[in-house]
Amino acid sequence: MSRALPVLTVLAGIIAIWYAAAVWMNATWVFDQAERAGTTVTWGEVIPQTMNQDRPLLPPPHQVGAELWKGLFGQAVTSKRSLVYHAYVTFKGTMMGFGLGIITGVLLAMAIVRFRVMDMSVMPWAIISQTIPIVALAPMIITLSSQLGLEGRDVPKAIIAAYLSFFPILVSMVKGLRSPDQMQLDLLRTYGASETATFLKLRLPASMPYFFASLKVAVAASLVGTIVGELPTGAIEGLGARMLIGSQFGEPLIMWAALFAAAILAGLLILVVGLVERLARKRMGAPA
Amino acid sequence: MTALWLAIGFWLAAWALNVWLAGSGLSKSGPGRALVPLIFGATVLVLWEGLVRGLGVAPVILPAPSVIAAKIAVELPTLWQDFAQTILKGAIPGFLIGAGAAFLTAIAIDRSPFLQRGLLPIGNFVAALPIVGLAPILVMWFGFDWQSKAAVVVVMVFFPMLVNIVAGLQASERMQRDLMATWGASYLQNLLKLRLPAAMPFIFNGLKIASTLALIGAIVAEFFGSPIYGMGFRISTEVGRLGLDMVWATIAVAALAGSVFYGLITLIERWVTFWHPSQRH
Repeated sequence: MSRALPVLTVLAGIIAIWYAAAVWMNATWVFDQAERAGTTVTWGEVIPQTMNQDRPLLPPPHQVGAELWKGLFGQAVTSKRSLVYHAYVTFKGTMMGFGLGIITGVLLAMAIVRFRVMDMSVMPWAIISQTIPIVALAPMIITLSSQLGLEGRDVPKAIIAAYLSFFPILVSMVKGLRSPDQMQLDLLRTYGASETATFLKLRLPASMPYFFASLKVAVAASLVGTIVGELPTGAIEGLGARMLIGSQFGEPLIMWAALFAAAILAGLLILVVGLVERLARKRMGAPA
Repeated sequence: MTALWLAIGFWLAAWALNVWLAGSGLSKSGPGRALVPLIFGATVLVLWEGLVRGLGVAPVILPAPSVIAAKIAVELPTLWQDFAQTILKGAIPGFLIGAGAAFLTAIAIDRSPFLQRGLLPIGNFVAALPIVGLAPILVMWFGFDWQSKAAVVVVMVFFPMLVNIVAGLQASERMQRDLMATWGASYLQNLLKLRLPAAMPFIFNGLKIASTLALIGAIVAEFFGSPIYGMGFRISTEVGRLGLDMVWATIAVAALAGSVFYGLITLIERWVTFWHPSQRH
């Protein structure tokens, strides 16, 4: 609880700065209007007018909050205007990419730990792969999959999300699978344990803390990948597409609401992964 | 079909060579270590070329590496112009401003543990958010040219850097701080001679993460509006025209820029944090 007060203070500070910035940025428009009408306005009149514009440069927090509320609870969740619906589309893509990323990351890590030649040849490229901005590939992957006859945008989105999320898992799993020390490995050898048994009974359990630590990073990366996959070239569903629509139609409120919905989704995902981690650790008998 | 069989033959031969290299004493030496991934990379290219030629894959689906290389040679001026717009004007200034702002913020709140305790969880949370979503908003504010791209990069880079620097400034050990205190070191001396050097591994960790984010930010921001050049613009328009060789050429430039950027930071890191265990060989 000792963290609550400082966090709240900083949050309050951020909101205060946000309001100040909203007044400052939106005031230009009010002054323009006044000039066109041939009247002068005082600051006392300007400030209320910066709080409720239809297309503010920077919407103040309460406007974003209201739009978010309307999007989340204002209509049926199946409606195309509902942020819950779009969040669900994004969530689906995130989970597919996340699953694909876990499978790729874990399998690659197993191969890398088992075969020295894999370690030497694949690991450097895995690192280089992350320095390539995936967004450059995103429009490419989308057209490619549509030309290969894949319907919809689920597959390309999942590939982009998996590309971003496999790497933290790979790195942690390699570390984790190598974490048993020589003593433990020697012990299993004296038992005459096969390689499979060593893997299943020693290496895999030993790698679990590393695995779960990487999951939080990976799920956040996967969400970013999904949203990036929704941004370019004409997606109509998902939070990324909402941002794009807001941008194209000049509706800043839609953009901000989608942005905060994405933030809430990210928070929920990280929370759930943290819960799963705690459950798994308890099941495995780790000290709380 | 011969091209395909040749490629598969090359693959098997290269594989055998790599297995032998990895098992032999050569893999302990520097050149041996570099050779194995290089052979692997070459194999991927050869297989790609062989697949495209052997199976007659249409160039609108996947152009062969040789076609892409030819395109790069022809379009060098355009690629350079895009590179200058996106990387030199968008990503790098944004990266420097964002990292610099994070550094100043971290120093500013350094004396207040209260603010740090408040800012760290929020910073950690924001660093995990899909900040790229701010791109359309910032493009609306700063216009279509490179300023908006730099702004997106600043926002994307700021929080991961801030979290790493704040964590780094707390990394010095109790004993070391006590030693500085017995010498009567001032706050500034403490900061410059102990805590900043101790924070360097964290700062470079942040810079590496930020280098990738900077490129992503600069390219994504161009999807929301840009002048008629820039790497993000080139990719989205050429995809629309099915000029996939040009798309791949731009991707190659992006990959090269990303790797060089990352490599440079790693080099500087090796030079600055030579004392750190991870740098000793």
